[in-house]
Amino acid sequence: MGTADSVLHTERPNLAVVQGQLVEGPVLAAGAEPTLVGWGNLARPGVEVLSEDLRALTAGRVLSRGLGRAYGDSAQPPPGVLEVAGTVLADRILGFDPDTGLMRAEAGLSLHEINRLFIPRGWFPPVTPGTQFVTLGGAVAADVHGKNHHVAGCFGQHVTRLLMRVPDGRVLWCSKTEHPDLFLATIGGMGLTGHVLEVEFRMDRIPSSWIWGETLRVGDIGEYIGLLKQSASEWPMTMGWIDCVSKGRRLGRGVLFRGRWATPDEAPSKLATPFSRLTVPIMLPSWTLNPVTVRAFNAGVYWKPTHRQKPVHWESFFYPLDKVRHWNRAYGRKGFTQYQCVLPDEAGPEAARRFLEVLTSTPGGTSFLCVIKDCGPQSDAMLSFPTRGISIALDIPVRTDTQALVDRLNEATLAEGGRIYLAKDSFTRPDHFRAMEGERLDRFMEVRRRWDPDLRMRSAQSVRVLGDPAGGQDRDI
Amino acid sequence: MGRSLARLMAARGDRLVLLGRDAEQLERSAADLQARSGTDAPVLTAICDLADPSSFAPALSAATEGFGKLDCVVVTAGLFATQDQLEADPELALRLATIDFANTVGFCERARAVLLGGGGGKLCVFSSVAGDRGRKPVVIYGAAKAGLSAYLEGLDHKFRAQGLQTICVKPGFVKTGMTANLQPPPFAGEPDAVAARVLRAIDRGSPVVYAPWIWRWIMLVIRCLPRFVMRRIGF
Repeated sequence: MGTADSVLHTERPNLAVVQGQLVEGPVLAAGAEPTLVGWGNLARPGVEVLSEDLRALTAGRVLSRGLGRAYGDSAQPPPGVLEVAGTVLADRILGFDPDTGLMRAEAGLSLHEINRLFIPRGWFPPVTPGTQFVTLGGAVAADVHGKNHHVAGCFGQHVTRLLMRVPDGRVLWCSKTEHPDLFLATIGGMGLTGHVLEVEFRMDRIPSSWIWGETLRVGDIGEYIGLLKQSASEWPMTMGWIDCVSKGRRLGRGVLFRGRWATPDEAPSKLATPFSRLTVPIMLPSWTLNPVTVRAFNAGVYWKPTHRQKPVHWESFFYPLDKVRHWNRAYGRKGFTQYQCVLPDEAGPEAARRFLEVLTSTPGGTSFLCVIKDCGPQSDAMLSFPTRGISIALDIPVRTDTQALVDRLNEATLAEGGRIYLAKDSFTRPDHFRAMEGERLDRFMEVRRRWDPDLRMRSAQSVRVLGDPAGGQDRDI
Repeated sequence: MGRSLARLMAARGDRLVLLGRDAEQLERSAADLQARSGTDAPVLTAICDLADPSSFAPALSAATEGFGKLDCVVVTAGLFATQDQLEADPELALRLATIDFANTVGFCERARAVLLGGGGGKLCVFSSVAGDRGRKPVVIYGAAKAGLSAYLEGLDHKFRAQGLQTICVKPGFVKTGMTANLQPPPFAGEPDAVAARVLRAIDRGSPVVYAPWIWRWIMLVIRCLPRFVMRRIGF
């Protein structure tokens, strides 16, 4: 099975070169139109071409895709192009220095695999999003953030170097000193500056495999924000779930989780090993999540037993939703979108309440889950999402009025001087995005055009939000 | 498949030599296995190409020199192409039959001598369920694998008493780089699960292992079907 290494060589450079295969283009069941989805399950025409050899795979392709956990159209090909380069088979660790924690690996390696291998040895990724099923390439492209953003910043701030295939076809390293413009545009650049082939970054030492954590119940949004900001000075990791279905006095009641790595004395003596997972085996009907079940879930979250400080399993702390594989199927075939914005501190402590009031007063504004996190200062990466303030994330089932809802939320975000997270987005209009990003977007586009004058690297999202040209095979390299 | 299996072996502390065509790729894979094993034990590499029989002897002696003695040789390499591609390109068909049958046997003959010279050991070779019955979608690939499976069975009969255990792996459809652009059929396996099953078979010395397991029963049915049925179905 399979050739021992690398690809089978062919004379045709534009061929989909896949290990052991002479296949031109995808081979699929007759009659089926191939589609690709983001995590929100909104389908578009597309095919993922996989190979263990990223150098061969990315040549001539317009976009890379990792584990497909971006909710919207970030990792879907632009209209007129079918294929994206799937990186997940390229998952080799190329070096790890146990003295410094410096790791170099291929872009398709997932945080899940890193956790499985390195938590027992006392190492953890410096920053992790709410799922471990993301690749390093995806973590760089979205410049992911986690519960520790207020102290550790984004993933990109721990990246030392990137090996990239840039749009003109060259393969080169970039860092803060080598092609710094490319480096800072690529982190958070949603894959639009080139293909990330290898990532070098620094892992964190951890004192145990357990989190010393605490859960607190909070009565309303004002109390929640106050406690979130107050916790930031003592706790490196904070976040919470908010009930955003209840209105009025109860608006924003919820639970706040805070934690830090447990010291060896505090931690149980046994290693915290990964959980086994449940699976949602089939797409559930779209009415599974309706106002009644959403209300029940939110009440359940609020009344979930809280606990005082104690050791918590790292997987339940960082990745509660990873316990159920394919949980996105609960939203059914119509799919869902996530809306995530950051509201800056300058907007004042009441900004979150004003935003949630817009949400609850708009048709379709019932979110299954609402996560509010604290954000530290903005990084140097040009399009990196977080900035000092609070981040609000909502899961919204797609209905006919979802576009209108997202438009209203974007106007509310704009009014507070905030911005949205592209890794979650499916509906934002280009004028809203431009108004939120302003000069940051100009600077990003300037660097992008410097490296890619013809805008070869594109995604469905970049065509929708940045106004990139759609285009068929004639635009291909 | 080879990568998944090697990772399982490295994780439990086995010492490994990787054989392959491309020195740079071998170095990268060796670095990966070493980082995953978390030990200082080096992972060695040697150039070997199933398309080039003159590379077999040097590769095997380099591997033997590295560790003094080999306990187990695993052959996962092979060439795959669809029946349509092979029918359209007779040279490719000849190349596939040569690599997957003649040259693989040639390599195994040298590995057999090395293992027996060291007092025995295990020879694990990836054949395929495609070799269990002549079938329309795998006429040529299946024929090469049928020959390979027959060779491995004979080898096992003849040399098991002398300490050489032969393990013939018959994977069904596994989602690997080789099959990345094919539509997975029902019962397609994940490489890591298949690798775990193969490793267990190696440890036990099972002469034949189907992976995923259900293919054993699927192929039992296929082998029992009369010719007039096989002529009609597309499987």
